[in-house]
Amino acid sequence: MSSSTQSHGGGFFAKHHIVEKNPILLIIGILIMVAIGGLVEIVPLFYLKSTIEPVQGMRPYTPLELAGRNIYLREGCYLCHSQMIRSLRDEVERYGHFSLAAESMYDHPFQWGSKRNGPDVARVGGKYTDAWHVAHLTNPRSVVPQSIMPSYGFLFDTPLDTREIAANVDVNRLVGVPYTDEQTANVMADLNAQVSPDTPEAAALLKRYPKAVVRKFYPGSPQLTEGDAVIAYLQMLGTLVDFSQFDDKASLR
Amino acid sequence: MQTVSQPKTLWSGEIGMIAVLAILALLCLFIAAKTIEPAYAFHMGLGVICAAIAIFAIFQRFNKRDAAFPPLEINGLPNYNFGPVKFATIMALFWGLAGMAVGVYIASELAFPDLNLAPWFNFGRLRPLHTSAVIFAFGGNVLLATSFYVVQRTCRARLAGDLAPWFVVLGYNFFILIAGTGYLLGITQSKEYAEPEWYADLWLTIVWVTYLLVFLATIFRRKEPHIFVANWFYLAFILTIAMLHLGNNSTVPISLFSSKSVIVWSGVQDAMFQWWYGHNAVGFFLTAGFLAIMYYFVPKRAERPIYSYRLSIIHFWALIFLYIWAGPHHLHYTALPDWTQTLGMTFSIMLWMPSWGGMINGLMTLSGAWDKLRTDPVLRMLVVSVAFYGMSTFEGPAMSIKTVNSLSHYTDWTVGHVHSGALGWVAFVSFGALYCLVPWLWNKRELYSLKLVNWHFWIATLGIVLYITSMWVSGILQGLMWRSYTPLGYLEYSFIETVAAMHPFYVIRALGGFLFLVAYCLMLYNVYMTITASEAAAPAAQPSLQPAE
Repeated sequence: MSSSTQSHGGGFFAKHHIVEKNPILLIIGILIMVAIGGLVEIVPLFYLKSTIEPVQGMRPYTPLELAGRNIYLREGCYLCHSQMIRSLRDEVERYGHFSLAAESMYDHPFQWGSKRNGPDVARVGGKYTDAWHVAHLTNPRSVVPQSIMPSYGFLFDTPLDTREIAANVDVNRLVGVPYTDEQTANVMADLNAQVSPDTPEAAALLKRYPKAVVRKFYPGSPQLTEGDAVIAYLQMLGTLVDFSQFDDKASLR
Repeated sequence: MQTVSQPKTLWSGEIGMIAVLAILALLCLFIAAKTIEPAYAFHMGLGVICAAIAIFAIFQRFNKRDAAFPPLEINGLPNYNFGPVKFATIMALFWGLAGMAVGVYIASELAFPDLNLAPWFNFGRLRPLHTSAVIFAFGGNVLLATSFYVVQRTCRARLAGDLAPWFVVLGYNFFILIAGTGYLLGITQSKEYAEPEWYADLWLTIVWVTYLLVFLATIFRRKEPHIFVANWFYLAFILTIAMLHLGNNSTVPISLFSSKSVIVWSGVQDAMFQWWYGHNAVGFFLTAGFLAIMYYFVPKRAERPIYSYRLSIIHFWALIFLYIWAGPHHLHYTALPDWTQTLGMTFSIMLWMPSWGGMINGLMTLSGAWDKLRTDPVLRMLVVSVAFYGMSTFEGPAMSIKTVNSLSHYTDWTVGHVHSGALGWVAFVSFGALYCLVPWLWNKRELYSLKLVNWHFWIATLGIVLYITSMWVSGILQGLMWRSYTPLGYLEYSFIETVAAMHPFYVIRALGGFLFLVAYCLMLYNVYMTITASEAAAPAAQPSLQPAE
């Protein structure tokens, strides 16, 4: 029940007056207090084996996948679809092997999500045909009647703007994605090669980016559309690591 | 001094500001001309226009103002600067309407997906608009308005700076404009609650540092030896948000002429950075900042001293120390290492204590004044906000426990939890503060209608109840359906069956949000009538008329 004058007496609380009368000390105190938690929790993640160890199969995104990923970000897909299968029985049975740290190590930014208005898409690659994706993106309720997803038909009418993709790959490399010189030199060629199967360019692409899915994802347009890029991205999600070869025990933390 | 007629010249601050704005306008013009992205060019065009308007406004002000600086004191009393406070108050009211309306719309989209109008009004683009508009635009302007008001009053000093406070409130709202239009046009870096791209982030950094300097310089001018407790919270909010903003928005733009940037963190590290930021946007923006509001407005309105000085010391330092650790509870059972998850959970549970310390300090301030809850709906709003704060800071630690989180995460339970805090605590304490602030700022004796405040309170409370109960049910239901097995050991429900089951709750939730919005419109009308009322404030010496008790 103390008013402020009454409680000013004695010990620890009397010393608090020093901070209360000196804004600089107050600021220093605040900064120390709010710095500690972040330092302890974040810094080790850059050094621990379980969070930085690469897993066999992981590679940087092809230029077309990266372009598709940018559209995925632009449309806010992450707001309803997670890309993180938790290590829980029902999730592993519903979506596949739980997600490894290494599987998002080239994701700038990460796309783990926080809400599932729709299902997790961490391993959606290869689960549906391209035609299904086209139909689903154009009118979700044509293939899933109870779906609450918005329509993204405009992606298939919009030509893919490729003018900034090379710079995008370069900056990804700058921040740590291990694109090789060969990869950064062939961005435009690789971009077009991914929708031109059975060409020498496609073979070169597959050498640079193993397991890349090469085909015209949206045959409805002769042009390269935003829809092609998005489907290229969706079709590779979760397909890079071969879990028949993967040693689960080694990843136990 | 008055006899010597000084020639009126531009002050150095005005010249400096004009120069900075002119350079900015030229830079924006240059970028707008060179970029290939129409949306980015549009933003740069907005920059040119707003800089030009600001320069024009400085000259307009110059024509009207006196030759000398406004005095710091008049007849021994502080000459407060309430212009920027009034502006931020009006902007808060405007953005609140926009943000809540978008909220009702996207809630309806989840119930009736045909409301999605591609591409601009699809859920994915509107959802960040809703969150940013209510948190950063509405909440941010409330924080700017109240902090600039409270720091002057409690320091008994005029706000530091001449153009600087105006730069803060106008610059901040320009940031909101860029952020909000950017989402609709598809400019986002896809970090939740930190979606604006690099150039908006840079601009916000400049505005925020100016905010800190204005706030601090005003504290240095104080006539009181002690810094009032509300100002500790405001300082912690301003400083920590700066730290979080810089950490989580460390990006490399792909070119000066592109809106696109690439974040330097990736994967696990980026996830940890994001929720270190994300949870402390809650902890410092939506909690510390609004606790500062509580510490000034609740005692003021109740006309009682703060319950315990010692409790405020303990809970202040404990709150800011513990909050920072809580981020990993957003990442349970993910690829984040177990030890980090456990640390996050442990500190989240510990956080319950300082949170309730704040709640107790706020509620017990009413000791001896509880009867006012019957007669003063504004005080009731403030007190119920503190009660909601207590409720959601109990729910939060419970949800951070890994076993609970395995059910609640990714479901509507989280959304309901956020809204019990956002609607019940943040919005209600803001409404209470604004109801106090508006008559004070515009020199009115009282609000236009306390009856309307009462209606606002009850309709909004009903809206909150519908909102959070429907989200509890839908969240827990969906979480249970996801993990439900048949006797033969198969998953019982496909994902889409769990989506379909949400429909009735999404309708109820949208209705709850709609009620909250309707009640808010009553507030807008009430505030408008208060500001435009012709009656002036009663002289301070006259005892105010109390309603019958």
